[in-house]
Amino acid sequence: MRLRSLVAAVAATALGISLAACGGSDDKGGSSGGSSGGDQTLTYWASNQGTSLDNDKEVLTPVLQKFTQDTGIKVNLEVIGWNDLQTRIQTAITSGQAPDVVNIGNTWAASLQATDAFLPFDGDAMNAIGGKDKFVPTALATGGKEGTDPTSVPLYGLAYGLYYNKAMFAAAGLQPPKTWEDMVTAAKKLTNPAKNQWGMALAAGSYTENVHFAFINAAQNKADWFNGDGKPTFTGDGNVQGVLRYLDLMQKDKVANPSNAQYDNGTKSVNDFANKKVAMVINQNNADSSIVANGMKPGEYGVVPFPAPAGAEQVASHVAGINLSIFKNTKHKDAALKFVKYMTDANTQTTLGKPFSSLPVLKDAKPVFTTDAAEAATFQDVYNTKSKPLPLVPAEDQFESTVGKAMNSMFSKIATGGTVTADEVKAALKTAEDQVAASS
Amino acid sequence: MSVATQEATPAAATPAKTKNKRGPEHRPGLNRWLPYLLLAPAVLAELLIHIVPMLVGIWMSFVKLTKFYIANWSAAPSAGLDNYKVALDFNNAVGQALLKSFGVTVVFSLITVALSWVLGMAAAVALQPSFRGRSLLRTLFLVPYALPAYAGILTWNFMLQRDTGAVNHVLNQLHLSDGGTFWLIGGNALVSLITVATWKLWTFAFLTLMAGLQSIPHDLYEAASVDGAGNLRQWRNITLPSLRPVNLVLVLVLFLWTFSDFNTPYVLFGTAQPPAGDLITFHIYNASFLTWNFGTGAAMSVLLLIFLMIVTGIYLLVTGRRSRRA
Repeated sequence: MRLRSLVAAVAATALGISLAACGGSDDKGGSSGGSSGGDQTLTYWASNQGTSLDNDKEVLTPVLQKFTQDTGIKVNLEVIGWNDLQTRIQTAITSGQAPDVVNIGNTWAASLQATDAFLPFDGDAMNAIGGKDKFVPTALATGGKEGTDPTSVPLYGLAYGLYYNKAMFAAAGLQPPKTWEDMVTAAKKLTNPAKNQWGMALAAGSYTENVHFAFINAAQNKADWFNGDGKPTFTGDGNVQGVLRYLDLMQKDKVANPSNAQYDNGTKSVNDFANKKVAMVINQNNADSSIVANGMKPGEYGVVPFPAPAGAEQVASHVAGINLSIFKNTKHKDAALKFVKYMTDANTQTTLGKPFSSLPVLKDAKPVFTTDAAEAATFQDVYNTKSKPLPLVPAEDQFESTVGKAMNSMFSKIATGGTVTADEVKAALKTAEDQVAASS
Repeated sequence: MSVATQEATPAAATPAKTKNKRGPEHRPGLNRWLPYLLLAPAVLAELLIHIVPMLVGIWMSFVKLTKFYIANWSAAPSAGLDNYKVALDFNNAVGQALLKSFGVTVVFSLITVALSWVLGMAAAVALQPSFRGRSLLRTLFLVPYALPAYAGILTWNFMLQRDTGAVNHVLNQLHLSDGGTFWLIGGNALVSLITVATWKLWTFAFLTLMAGLQSIPHDLYEAASVDGAGNLRQWRNITLPSLRPVNLVLVLVLFLWTFSDFNTPYVLFGTAQPPAGDLITFHIYNASFLTWNFGTGAAMSVLLLIFLMIVTGIYLLVTGRRSRRA
């Protein structure tokens, strides 16, 4: 064990990367593990859901204190930003110096499951956290590969929606779009580059955002990214056309500012919407907190499902959100299970749903993140009935990075005055496919 | 890393304990061992920090260390030369991307080193004669070196933004462009990368050359100017040959640093790095950490190590031979 930790520590250096990942708090938990009952401490890595890491801490602390009061189990909280979370988890797996419970982006679930470092929620473990029937089935399906015991369970639910500015739509005499074609027509009407006014804002420099739209647009074309054997099938016609349709918002339809090619996270496009520079933005429901923080009032915007072209498959989102996993090598398995049960309990979900703008992952729960009943209903409907999980295969993470980065490059080319044809999209996706095939 | 420190402490403490019990003057045999004992902590640290990681890296390049095995390293099956084959198969996407990244890095390094050296030399020579405000200028020139790398590069990132950046604003005000140039994506990314890297690096060349200039006897210049040699002539025939030993080391160090620069592309581009700014260390980082394929990443690192060793070897051989002849 010691040798492995040592080897892991030096190997990280070998790759030339300094990983600030010595999760020291684990030792404390480990040493107290022997003494039963009384003094148990769990280490919990939470992801960034609120407006800042400190905000997350403020929101979570009272919730964790209540858990300690109820069970006597202490929780050592660390909130980790999205830029670091995946690397931190990687290092934790590699070194064995891991927290007990961790947040993961639910799209990583199958990839992380493949590492064999996480506790499967088999019959007993699942019963210990309240049984699988309490979860929304599509949400639970993101927990791991199909047909296996999931290694993660849903915690916060998210879904994409098309936010639109009600005043701008009314002034132009437009109705909220029901089809892709409606959306493009409306966006064109609301675009005026001379006044720096655009129909839409896209996070076109963010590979994680881009890959979601590659997935959703291809899904509307009934195209899959992996076949039944987990082999990549990126170059199908539906995939190419789906990607091109999204690129064309900037290229052919010209309804997005070319500067968007530099937007490397969703917050930037949401801010443009909140500052009324653009009429529409496609984002997950946690955009609400940023929109309001930028001064737009809840009644000023509406949300409809992200529309598919007329006659296409009605997929409006992937099943987005955050899942909870327990590290297999935890010394406090029972306490960790109790904690997962508590976090996915109806009361806790209601408490956290508002500050984190998340959708409930429980079957009978109502969304509490907004006071706008129509918005809540739209997102709930998208999440429960119009969402498709991202490919649940071990190579999912490689799909995200290769296809997402290929789209970054294509958006760059368009923004700097080039054109991207269907053949070029196909060639780029072929390269991505080769990369995934070579390293799996 | 905390593990490494823990490991090093007991070993380092041992010699101290021995020394306390019986002073060195009481044991003649100790005199012979004392140098080794004093060196031991440094050797141990060197082993732990450089040699062992390097060996582990080489081992990793021969195993299939993918996400299926990172939780249990010892179970990773041998890959033979497969990782190297993938990295060097230039008909395949992975090999092609590595080759492209290598090409970008070569261009980037050559231009950055050349620019840094020229700027450093020019500033060092210009600040050689004493005049009012010289120390102020010297201090000012050292600012990029004194700034934390991340803060400096992040500031460049802000300045190079398309809509809100200072660079486009200034260019627009001077009517040199329409203010809509993309600096961080597309082909201009390489220009930006070279600019920022040079800005960060040239002060080191300046500092080193300035120190080198102090050691050239002043009478040489006086004699030369009596003989009627102009400034350029003096520079070519006195300054340059006298600085030769300094330059030999300086250029090599600048090249090695630039070629393995990670901070600049990482901070400047974040996760959205453009192909034109895809430097090789960053490429290897992505190949390992984004795809969780540490074997291929390690193989690429070993190839980089071999390449840099060959370049350094040839450089030292060629320059060494010339020195002996001279």
